[in-house]
Amino acid sequence: MKIEILGTGCAKCKTLYENTKKAVEESGKDAEIIKVEEIPKIMAYGVMSTPALVIDGQVKFSGKVASIGEIMGMLP
Amino acid sequence: MLKSFADYIAFSIIGLVPGSRSGEALDFFVYDTLKIFLLLTTIIYVVAIIRTSFPPEKTKRMLSRKREYVGNVLAALLGIVTPFCSCSAVPLFIGFVESGVPLGVTFSFLISSPMVNEVALIMLWGLFGWKIALIYIGTGLVVAIVAGIIIGKLKMEKYVQDYVWEMQVGNAEIVQMTFREKLTYAREYTLELLKKIWPYVVVGVGLGAFIHGYVPQDFLALWAGPDNPFAVPIAVALGVPLYSNAAGVIPIVHALMEKGMAIGTVLAFMMAVTALSLPEAIILKNVLKNRLLAVFFGIVAAAIICVGYLFNAIL
Repeated sequence: MKIEILGTGCAKCKTLYENTKKAVEESGKDAEIIKVEEIPKIMAYGVMSTPALVIDGQVKFSGKVASIGEIMGMLP
Repeated sequence: MLKSFADYIAFSIIGLVPGSRSGEALDFFVYDTLKIFLLLTTIIYVVAIIRTSFPPEKTKRMLSRKREYVGNVLAALLGIVTPFCSCSAVPLFIGFVESGVPLGVTFSFLISSPMVNEVALIMLWGLFGWKIALIYIGTGLVVAIVAGIIIGKLKMEKYVQDYVWEMQVGNAEIVQMTFREKLTYAREYTLELLKKIWPYVVVGVGLGAFIHGYVPQDFLALWAGPDNPFAVPIAVALGVPLYSNAAGVIPIVHALMEKGMAIGTVLAFMMAVTALSLPEAIILKNVLKNRLLAVFFGIVAAAIICVGYLFNAIL
């Protein structure tokens, strides 16, 4: 599974990255977590508010930080 | 009820004398802080729930089919309900212009969104009353609409950074939140925002209380009263570096108004604090060339100064 955190390096983006890392650890699932900070790559997903979470190419949410529990619920 | 509670704290518990300077200042501080935090908590929560129904991707779709004028008005109105943070200004700007939202309409949104924000409105309503809050919303929208129309008429598309026009923008399917998710989001958003602004509110109200109790009446009438033609532009210039501190600035301004600062000057200052910010300019420099950035700042500043003179003249 490939998880991408979209965001241009704001504080919220970092929190989302940390939460995602913990959610993956707790779920025990195998996932690669990547920070995507380049504007063209973010725009390619059509996301207009950051941070956003993308799992296997699908935008799960944008413009908010989700809790560890919420992210665990989104993992396939 | 809040008033008697504030009286109880200041005069019965702490034991200050009613009518004394220190007593009045503390009474004012307790009352204003309680009132503002009650208003902030309820209204931010309600606004956050409303905003979950207006993600920027939806706003973009609504605006991309609109022409000038109607588009500018709609963009300024949507700026109130669409969540916006200057950290997302770049993806938002690119998303708008790429999907065919006219440049002037995009600017109406970019001006209204930070200016007509819930924190500024709550503080104005709580301290100055609903009339001033309504005047602020109304004139804020007019400034956003007019400035956007002018920028549109100036045909400045070539002063947008070239790469913006070549960007490939995807069309994300935005997942709808369930009602329960909306409530959770609103709760977290409210807590997060309160955590961020509470020190500014307390310090601002504290300074306001100090001015209220200690600064002589009409102290500012000479410098910032309606008769000083330079007061408005100076207030606007002072507002620019105070960005994002609306929560702390409004209580101070409220106390200054009691000491003779004119209402138009107050409004212009508030608008400069929320609408013109250096961090936002630096972020927008990623998508705008210097000339368009300067035009944007210049037109908004000029419009705000006009608002200041207008209300100094009529109120």
